[in-house]
Amino acid sequence: MGDSWIGKRVPKRDAAAKTTGTIIYGHDLRRPGMLHGKILRSPFPFAKIIRINTERAAAVPGVKAILTGEDVPDTRIGLGRDNPILNRHVVRRVGDEVAAVAATSMDAALEAISLIDVTYEPLPAILDASEALKAEALLIHDTRTSNLHDKRSYVHGDPDAALLEADVVVEDTFLIPYVAPTPMEPSVVIAEFDADGELTVYTTNQAPYLMQYELGQAVEMPPGRIRIKQTAIGGAFGRGLDVYPFEAVAVLLAQATRQPVRIAYDRQEEFLAAPLRQPVKVTIKTGALKDGTLWVRDARALLDIGAYASLGTVIPVVMAQVVGSLYRVPHARYEADLVYTNNPVTGAMRGFGGPQATLFVEAQMDRLAVALGMDPLSFRLQNANRPDETTPQGLKISTCGLKECLEMVGSMRDKHKEPSPPGKRRGIGFAATLNVGGGARMHRSDGSGVIVKVDDFGQVTITTGSTEIGQGTDVVLSQIVAETLGVSISAVRFVNGDTGVAPWDVGAHASRTTFVAGNAALQAAEEARRQILETAAELLKVDTGELVMRDGSVYVRGRPELGLPLDKIMRARHFRKDGQIVQAQGWYDPPNEQVGSDMVGNLSATYSFGAQAIEVEVDTETGQVKVLRVRTANDVGRVINPMLVEGQLEGGIHMGLGYALSETLFVEGGQVQNNSFREYGIFTAFDMPPIEIQNLETHDPLGPFGAKGVGEIGVAPVAPAVLNAIYDAVGIRLNRIPARPEMVLDALETLQSNDRTSR
Amino acid sequence: MSNHPITLTVNKSPYSLSVAAHHTLLDVLRDDLGLTGTNEGCRMGDCGACTVHLNQLRVPSCLVLAVNADGADVQTIEGLAGETTGEHHPLQEAFINRGALQCGFCTPGMIMSAAAILDEIPERPLSEAAIREALAGNLCRCTGYAKIIEAILEVANG
Repeated sequence: MGDSWIGKRVPKRDAAAKTTGTIIYGHDLRRPGMLHGKILRSPFPFAKIIRINTERAAAVPGVKAILTGEDVPDTRIGLGRDNPILNRHVVRRVGDEVAAVAATSMDAALEAISLIDVTYEPLPAILDASEALKAEALLIHDTRTSNLHDKRSYVHGDPDAALLEADVVVEDTFLIPYVAPTPMEPSVVIAEFDADGELTVYTTNQAPYLMQYELGQAVEMPPGRIRIKQTAIGGAFGRGLDVYPFEAVAVLLAQATRQPVRIAYDRQEEFLAAPLRQPVKVTIKTGALKDGTLWVRDARALLDIGAYASLGTVIPVVMAQVVGSLYRVPHARYEADLVYTNNPVTGAMRGFGGPQATLFVEAQMDRLAVALGMDPLSFRLQNANRPDETTPQGLKISTCGLKECLEMVGSMRDKHKEPSPPGKRRGIGFAATLNVGGGARMHRSDGSGVIVKVDDFGQVTITTGSTEIGQGTDVVLSQIVAETLGVSISAVRFVNGDTGVAPWDVGAHASRTTFVAGNAALQAAEEARRQILETAAELLKVDTGELVMRDGSVYVRGRPELGLPLDKIMRARHFRKDGQIVQAQGWYDPPNEQVGSDMVGNLSATYSFGAQAIEVEVDTETGQVKVLRVRTANDVGRVINPMLVEGQLEGGIHMGLGYALSETLFVEGGQVQNNSFREYGIFTAFDMPPIEIQNLETHDPLGPFGAKGVGEIGVAPVAPAVLNAIYDAVGIRLNRIPARPEMVLDALETLQSNDRTSR
Repeated sequence: MSNHPITLTVNKSPYSLSVAAHHTLLDVLRDDLGLTGTNEGCRMGDCGACTVHLNQLRVPSCLVLAVNADGADVQTIEGLAGETTGEHHPLQEAFINRGALQCGFCTPGMIMSAAAILDEIPERPLSEAAIREALAGNLCRCTGYAKIIEAILEVANG
């Protein structure tokens, strides 16, 4: 065999286009005759719309269409089917869509928007989830009987009895704030009708086939007449998993004007209108037996989903998975109230509930270990998940390297710790994570289709429904196909992002693309290989079993002088009587289960595991927490491209460190107060510590070449590991993030005054 | 809104343009000249995605009014590759080979910033700490910067 493509540091296929600035993002795309759309948004968190006057706006030169709620279908968009395209009678959040304009220039659109006169009658806004549940609270959606959107409940074992049986129980209430996915490219969409009335939508959405259907419902068009084309996508992180009103508005403006219409957010609008990671208030008890056996977890969460449900409605599934199955825990309960408020809309963001739940579960693992008088790492090791066992929740764990990962990061403590400088104290904290690694059946299908075509010149084209958001689907699928067909990576072309051409895929979420689309690509490539070998065997007059594919040719095993280049085989197969081409398809829908309302079942075909050790330095004068180093060890199955796996981990850790220490959206009066990068606080290159990555390569029996998912695994353990490290350094337990200096100082002062009192 | 005549040299080509008083250099590059490699991430000078070289100094082009750039020499990501050969700049090559990009939206600004840093800081070997500090005005949401720093170190120090 020639050089293998698996396990190689192969650059992304779009790397040259991205480094030279030639790639076309959604924000770069312009269509002939294109108009600029802009949405007028509510300044109030809750108000009646009394009247809207568009006369002055209509007089602005260049304005082609103005839409209000009266002009658009009275449908509801989004996973919760509760979000009007343009609100007619009431607005439910700051930023709610009220009217929209299409104009020949952005300047004209902005001017027109500023000239739409809306008379509102403000209502008492409900800005707190527990207030929303009170009997006297106004109904945010008057079609419902209460502001409780949903109640989710998971249980295994007997948590009540187990809490009594446990020798040690810790209890805490954690407050976890809003954060924003805030990818570098803000949201954008272009809608365009052709002469036959077919709609093309250019988008940065992450789930184009779901969008096709959802958008069709919203604008009352047959989905078959809608073609979704993804541009290059400047990051997503869950932001683009649902369909939001601006996308339907663009379609309706295009319909009204018969011209292409673009709606592009700026950064402020992105912070204001794009979905956020859900804030959580949770009270959790964790109990253990005195021999160190983890015995029970019992969590009650209040989830403020904001004005519209969107993906907030399914986030509890992943939270329940962490509560029920991270470490072996014989008794567990997770109950969540999902509540409508007049706060911002929440949705998916990398980890999908995992970062929140891992924070409170892993913070308590540490506290429980201390209460037991055990070493936090030993306590984790004793209770770690094992390979080939099914958790009480129904998760069928096959490969599992959690124990090894914990040991790998645990050795960080063995290295000589430098003494802390004066006024500063250092500490190391640990946390682990369990994440879906073999797709996640959030929809009825978790499938992915791939077509592999080999042309007359031996060039291979992969056409896939999978979505590329920067993670590297382009190169991973190329490596899988190149490996299977024995061709160079440069002989493989990657095509995706067009629902009119590529087979179905549920979207880029749940760390699923390498596993699911990778298996589909492998299947298609194997079928293409079979067809090629069939023809080669005929031409070389040998059995197919004697043939090998390598270096773009087919050889007879052991006889390198007997070989045929791929292009020759393809032409021989094609240009003859009853000739055939090679166009093979793969369809893979993983063997996993869609969980019911009880949140029990094998959501993923396999699971990925990871552990992190983080060393921090706490400045006891200022409360500043500096991260000195991060070590991460992960079982993500076989690594197809180490460079990309590292990139996913480094990026996830970056996002996790922001979550732990700096990122938060201050929402007051329903209004995001810090809607700029400067005030929001994502980590810069200067803030980032060195990251040491160790991969434990298991070989998953179902994964393509043994691979499992990696996309979300870096992020979840970071914040709890940081909180645990702060405790190790200075002895304070924080129940909130981000651990900003003022919070750390307050806790240090409380600790000192308690010490004085106890003395 | 009034328009004003300006001249610009962009990637060694001269342009005479009429620009609105409130439009930025970024607007002109992207909308008037079709140079969409320079990306708009925030329009407030916070993220660095729109970094270009203005008279050999790196600037966020969203903070420069186009009228104030009258007469300036501008280099964008499109002008960084070898002028005659079309070959990638060593930084582009290093970013590709080290996997220093994911979604790529920050990448042109990162590379333009990095190219300027190589001139701004003459000391060699260039230290990692110096690069990290100098690059703090360029945000990336995907990579955690690790591979970006590696790529720049490789080009600076060989």
